[in-house]
Amino acid sequence: MLAGLLDGLFNGISIGAVLLIAALGLAIVFGLMGVINLAHGELMMLGAYTTFVVQNGFKKLGEPWFEFYIFFALIMAFIVAAGVGLILERGVIRHLYGRPLETLLATWGVSLILQQFVRSVNWVLVVGISIFCLLFFGGLWILHRRSDINRIRNWVVAVMLPISLGIAIATSNFLSQTYKLAVTQPWFGAQNLDVSAPKWLRGGLPIGNFQMPYARVFIIALTILCVAAIYVFLQRTPWGLRIRAVTQNRSMSACLGIPTQKVDALTFALGSGLAGVAGCAISFLGSVGPNTGQNYIVDTFMVVVVGGVGKLVGTIFAALAIGTVNYLIGSGTLALLFAPIKPLADFFTFFATTSMAKVMVFALIIAFLQVRPGGIFPQKGRTVDA
Amino acid sequence: MTKRFNRRKFLIYSSATLGTSVLLKACANNTNTNDPTAASSPVSNTSATNAGASGDTIKVGILHSLSGTMAISEKSVVDAEQLAIEEINNAGGVLGKQIQAVVEDGASNWDTFREKATKLIDEDKVVAVFGCWTSASRKNVKPVFEQKNHMLWYPVQYEGQECSKNIFYTGAAPNQQIEPSVDWLLQNKGKDFFLIGSDYVFPRTANTIIKAQLAAKGGKTVGEDYLPLGNTEVTPIITKIKQALPNGGVIYNTLNGDSNVAFFKQLQGAGLGPDKYPSMSVSIAEEEVKAIGPDYLKGHYAAWNYFQTVDTPANQKFVAAFKQKYGEDRVTNDPMEAGYIAVYLWKQAVEKAGTADDLDKVRAAAFGQKFEAPEGTVTLDANNHLAKFVRIGEVREDGMFEIVNATNAAVEPLPWNQFVKETKGYGCDWSDPNKGGKYKTA
Repeated sequence: MLAGLLDGLFNGISIGAVLLIAALGLAIVFGLMGVINLAHGELMMLGAYTTFVVQNGFKKLGEPWFEFYIFFALIMAFIVAAGVGLILERGVIRHLYGRPLETLLATWGVSLILQQFVRSVNWVLVVGISIFCLLFFGGLWILHRRSDINRIRNWVVAVMLPISLGIAIATSNFLSQTYKLAVTQPWFGAQNLDVSAPKWLRGGLPIGNFQMPYARVFIIALTILCVAAIYVFLQRTPWGLRIRAVTQNRSMSACLGIPTQKVDALTFALGSGLAGVAGCAISFLGSVGPNTGQNYIVDTFMVVVVGGVGKLVGTIFAALAIGTVNYLIGSGTLALLFAPIKPLADFFTFFATTSMAKVMVFALIIAFLQVRPGGIFPQKGRTVDA
Repeated sequence: MTKRFNRRKFLIYSSATLGTSVLLKACANNTNTNDPTAASSPVSNTSATNAGASGDTIKVGILHSLSGTMAISEKSVVDAEQLAIEEINNAGGVLGKQIQAVVEDGASNWDTFREKATKLIDEDKVVAVFGCWTSASRKNVKPVFEQKNHMLWYPVQYEGQECSKNIFYTGAAPNQQIEPSVDWLLQNKGKDFFLIGSDYVFPRTANTIIKAQLAAKGGKTVGEDYLPLGNTEVTPIITKIKQALPNGGVIYNTLNGDSNVAFFKQLQGAGLGPDKYPSMSVSIAEEEVKAIGPDYLKGHYAAWNYFQTVDTPANQKFVAAFKQKYGEDRVTNDPMEAGYIAVYLWKQAVEKAGTADDLDKVRAAAFGQKFEAPEGTVTLDANNHLAKFVRIGEVREDGMFEIVNATNAAVEPLPWNQFVKETKGYGCDWSDPNKGGKYKTA
């Protein structure tokens, strides 16, 4: 019985930890900034792909190095996802602050673009895009120095866009015809990729007839570390203070000289970077492919909403609660527990399949949000939404 | 951002767009078809306006998911089908005409499949369609093909219990994959089975069949569970497997897509190895092994008609040609081989019928066609299914399959399952108009 309880507790927490690490970045982006970022899952996916690339790089280095690639992968995943997040914020989201519906659609579009990008990225595409960016944005940057730029700007764009596009496409075509398969073969393709955990992360720690998977223990540890790091960053550093100030009252913060645009970019990059770390972590449990992110996006939003938008502590509680409830119902533990009471046992046996457990969890969440629409820890005080 | 969109701006932007699109159009003509961006836009290689088989090309449709969840699996079938078409074209085509493939993306959305099927038949006037992977997509396009009396070649192993006049099934029927593998497990691995599958039509029907078969042959189903497609949290299921099979037993796995990866990674983490908990999968082939990682799968089993390791001259030729076209690191698998067979069988049927347009003639000519396939010589039966070889493979360290069991001869297909009460004693024969899709054999 004790082993069973321990088993249940550990499994519940481990499911919750996966949910939590996936939702952490979103809790910052959606919770603190109020941006509905539907591309959050794809940022996770980029983290997972980075892990794959790092893994393959370390495979070449040989045995002792390969065992520790994940630490490097975690850092790289953070950097790559944060970088893409930064571009996303500067390029798209910054124009859409305060317009949730447009943000929702735009980020959904971005998520589709990112998915298709990893499917079809190859040398031709990369070269084409780089040439286009170099010509178009480089040209704009050079012309920016002219004093009459504002007058001719529209014309410049109208002329430069087709020219840069044309040159980029022509070069890509030329490349693909000359080098054929070598440059047109997709880097990753539509297939799932194989990310194998290093040996010490495979298998598990046997306790009685129950085994604690190392990968799960690792994710739990990583999640605790991330939560602690975010807490310290938000509560103890000057930038954390600025982020909190901007979240609470944007215009007042601006008046007091806080660079709100920089803060926005930083916050978004931080949230994206955390998504990358989550992507790296889940690659040891699940699949790495273009759809990896989609499998998590609904769950992460659910966690943030149930926890209470804007409260990290709520996200933590919600993730653990949802994880545990999901496990207890889905594994049939509740049905066993209520075995003496026939109707209750029948009821829980009916819900003791993965699909039905999900239905039950959703039903519980809907019921819960009827009672407490603000989540577990609703935002209090005079907060102003950006 | 508050600037108004005035007339001058409108003129500038629209001229820019027009210029770009003209430029793009000019470039599109010499786009290499290997370029994935071009492959995903089907119009780029359909410049001819010929309808059907008139002119010097014959149009066929390829309808698979190139985006969405199923793209992972279906993309490679498209590759194999295009390889077959290219080979036929290089050898002179069909009836002296080149085959032109119109590729449409079903986008992993079953309604899109139906729309695209209608489009291929009505607008592109193709003479045959090769396509679909999931049973859900097939069930959705089936009425379209039946209504228009058209022809679909379906290349994937499936749950059976269907026999449409308008569909040729080149993948395995249950008696060519699931049933022999259950028999083999009962003989070699144990009597207690835990069934796990994705939550849609194929796994549920397959498990109905398996349960009936186990009941008939002295095995026992100790539990079953289904994961929603794309779900990657399998901890509750692993707990249930441990509860139901404390001393080990067989896991029969009909999961599809991403869930497989999660399942095997977490199965290993929980300490359920193939020594005590051997699993038999029907949706894991070479491509999936590569994606999951052989480290996690080594020692587990899969049942198929074809493995890349099959030792026949036709297979060596197929593997070599495929690798040459798509890259050395690509692998071939069962559905790809079935797609490849489908194109060749269609070609043979068209040549025998002497026409590609008269589908009833092509259909009649198709029955009894033999093809020297990579898996061995296959024959198209009058019930629209193929007589195929059955093999069981064990995953090796290098991600290929060691074939541990194979039938000596091709197994005749039985679309209507003989273990399930409702369909017992039924057969299918489209060569005889009195019999049709479902008739009583006994």
